[in-house]
Amino acid sequence: MNKPSNASTERIRKTLAKRYRTEKRFRLYGIMAILFGVLCVATLFVDIIGKGHGAFRQTYIQLSVDYAPDVLGISDINDTQQLALANFSGIVKNSLRTRFADVSGRSEKRQLYRLVSNSAEYELAGRLKANHGLLGQSEKVWVLADDDIDTYFKSLNSRDGAFVGRTNDTQQEWIQSLIEAGEIELRFNTNFFRSGDSREPEQAGIGGAIVGSLFTLFITLVLSFPIGVAAAVYLEEFAPKNRLTDFIEVNINNLAAVPSIIFGLLGLAIFINFFHVPRSVPLIGGLVLAVMTLPTIIISSRAAIKAVPPSIREAGIGIGASPMQVVLHHVLPLALPGMLTGTIIGMAQALGETAPLLMIGMVAFIVDVPGGITDPATVLPVQIFLWADSPERAFVEKTSAAIMVLLAFLITMNTAAVVLRKRLERRW
Amino acid sequence: MKKRSNTAVQLKAAAIGCGIAMTLASTQAVSAPRDYISIVGSSTVYPFATVVAERFGKTTTNPTPKIESTGSGGGMKLFCSGVGTGHPDITNASRRMKKSEFEKCQAAGVSDIVEVLIGFDGIVLANSVKTKQMSLSRKDIFLALAKNVPAPKSMQDEFVTAQTLVANPYKTWKDVNPALPDVKIEVLGPPPTSGTRDAFAELALEGGCKKISWIKAMKKQDKKAYKSLCHTIREDGHYIEAGENDNLIVQKLDANPNALGVFGFSFLDQNADKVQGSMIEGQPPAFDTIADKSYPVSRPLYFYVKKAHVGVVPGIEGYLAEFTSEKAWGEDGYLAEKGMIPLSTDVRQTNGADIKALKAMSGEGL
Repeated sequence: MNKPSNASTERIRKTLAKRYRTEKRFRLYGIMAILFGVLCVATLFVDIIGKGHGAFRQTYIQLSVDYAPDVLGISDINDTQQLALANFSGIVKNSLRTRFADVSGRSEKRQLYRLVSNSAEYELAGRLKANHGLLGQSEKVWVLADDDIDTYFKSLNSRDGAFVGRTNDTQQEWIQSLIEAGEIELRFNTNFFRSGDSREPEQAGIGGAIVGSLFTLFITLVLSFPIGVAAAVYLEEFAPKNRLTDFIEVNINNLAAVPSIIFGLLGLAIFINFFHVPRSVPLIGGLVLAVMTLPTIIISSRAAIKAVPPSIREAGIGIGASPMQVVLHHVLPLALPGMLTGTIIGMAQALGETAPLLMIGMVAFIVDVPGGITDPATVLPVQIFLWADSPERAFVEKTSAAIMVLLAFLITMNTAAVVLRKRLERRW
Repeated sequence: MKKRSNTAVQLKAAAIGCGIAMTLASTQAVSAPRDYISIVGSSTVYPFATVVAERFGKTTTNPTPKIESTGSGGGMKLFCSGVGTGHPDITNASRRMKKSEFEKCQAAGVSDIVEVLIGFDGIVLANSVKTKQMSLSRKDIFLALAKNVPAPKSMQDEFVTAQTLVANPYKTWKDVNPALPDVKIEVLGPPPTSGTRDAFAELALEGGCKKISWIKAMKKQDKKAYKSLCHTIREDGHYIEAGENDNLIVQKLDANPNALGVFGFSFLDQNADKVQGSMIEGQPPAFDTIADKSYPVSRPLYFYVKKAHVGVVPGIEGYLAEFTSEKAWGEDGYLAEKGMIPLSTDVRQTNGADIKALKAMSGEGL
């Protein structure tokens, strides 16, 4: 009796070490897979943050500006026409020429004028408009440096040596002299969050894209949440089980996996060509993205409704509530956390989408920050795409910075979904 | 029974709600006048149009025009789809409007179109300044870069009529033309999706292709075969697709002095410290040679304005005035600074006057 069992324990003992090793190896594969993933994400983040952190600060140059009426061509400060046509670029040029008095020659002067961004004249125009008393006075103003100067100045202290780019030796000498006089510095780039797109990198911002994204998501939410929840409730609670509902169910699951560009084509064909919704506005973007997120919301809402135990419904019916009352008073409140989580994840997906927007004209150059759902707008991922394509070197850091902002939004939304689920979830 | 009717009512209400929402959205869209200019079209004109649009938005009370980069063909399609604020006002193009497009416009009621020639864009073949400047003919470029070329033997014998094509056998520039250096053919250029590549194929490759008489004769007999022969670039590693990012090509040329790169003139202009343009047909790519058309690989840039929208959509006249002002399209204008080759002074003057008068194009000679 002992013999056979001894033999099998012997066999087990022999293979035991091997089995332990296989077990260990198996776990190691899993750990390696996770490490690989973490490493990829870490590289991505280091790369993006390394490239993009510079964009949150921008180079400014101090000019002492003389608002000379004869240069500006203003004889009457209260004449808005004169103020609008005034030669502000003239006083910027004058102040640069006074600062670097030894500059002569046409080409050298043009190099000099390229030190500051052309937004300087609009900045000065704004200051004079706000304070008419400045006419004839002079003051020291910090204005934006040109993007080439900005990239050069930021790279001065980098380990790989300065990025010269399009700046030449004379310009570098001027910058050196500005540094010694303390007339050039990096400041926090509020402009980046406030303004819209621009072809001049130093003036470009993601403000317009953020507002556009918010308007678009608002439309998406307002449309897809009620429709999605209504569809889910009907399918789960009321729909008779027959071929038709099965067919609808299969289609909803399929739609969730349809490539998003298809929804863009659908939006173009139906909303733009048939209903004549204008192109490039958050309204059309929101409509298309709503159609795109509907399947996600319906599926997650149905799962949430399914998770509500039947005893709740039975109890409701038992004390005489109508099916609608059961749904509205009991099932929906209990399923809501799950529905909201699904909705937030759907919204996060919509926020990161570019492909469907390509077809409906939201991949466009838009400078003005949109003021409503029928103003032309673009969204964050599209802005990233447009900047990544631009020739100017300074857009590299802007692109990475915009990616950081988009990631921050996505992480916030997904965290909100997790927190919501943890807080409100009820287990039976 | 009751349950069913209940849900039916709910569904009906939902359907009506949706219907109302849609009609509201659509009626608003149709009747709403647009207060901003809507521009579509070529990605080559995009960097110039956006600069003008931005300045126009900043210096006037009008909102900044919206510009979509759809490509020349896509822009024409949108532009010619009809009149009304739902359709774009202006389309940019890196080539002239085609006859078929003009007819399509007419059929859709877009009868009066103002054509604006704004300047030129040169396409350059450049290499690093560390090596010697190349001097090529369009025929050299065709033979070096086409997928299929006439068999070298038949090239020598002009009397052979039955011409054969072979897969491009040339490995070095010297194989193509004994006058060229003995360097491996290595050209970095944009991928097929790029308009620059289309224009390069059309102007440089086809330009060289046409020099071979029997291929030229083929154009009349079999246009399709002619086009595929003259426009197809080799795929055996001598032409390297380097992405749409021209900056990247400049950096790669700097690192590899033996390679040549294909990109727009503006990038040559901005990176003159790193790269030099090759002479084509004995002409260097420069402002003046592109402007007087002696440099052959250049294309005109246009935009087209829907006359019916002038006065309906505010600001179109102002935008035209800004674009055609001396400080924009002039020789020292800000567009030249961005790399556009300006028109000659008298062409600017006559065109400028026509544009101011909003003279509609006749459609003849397209």
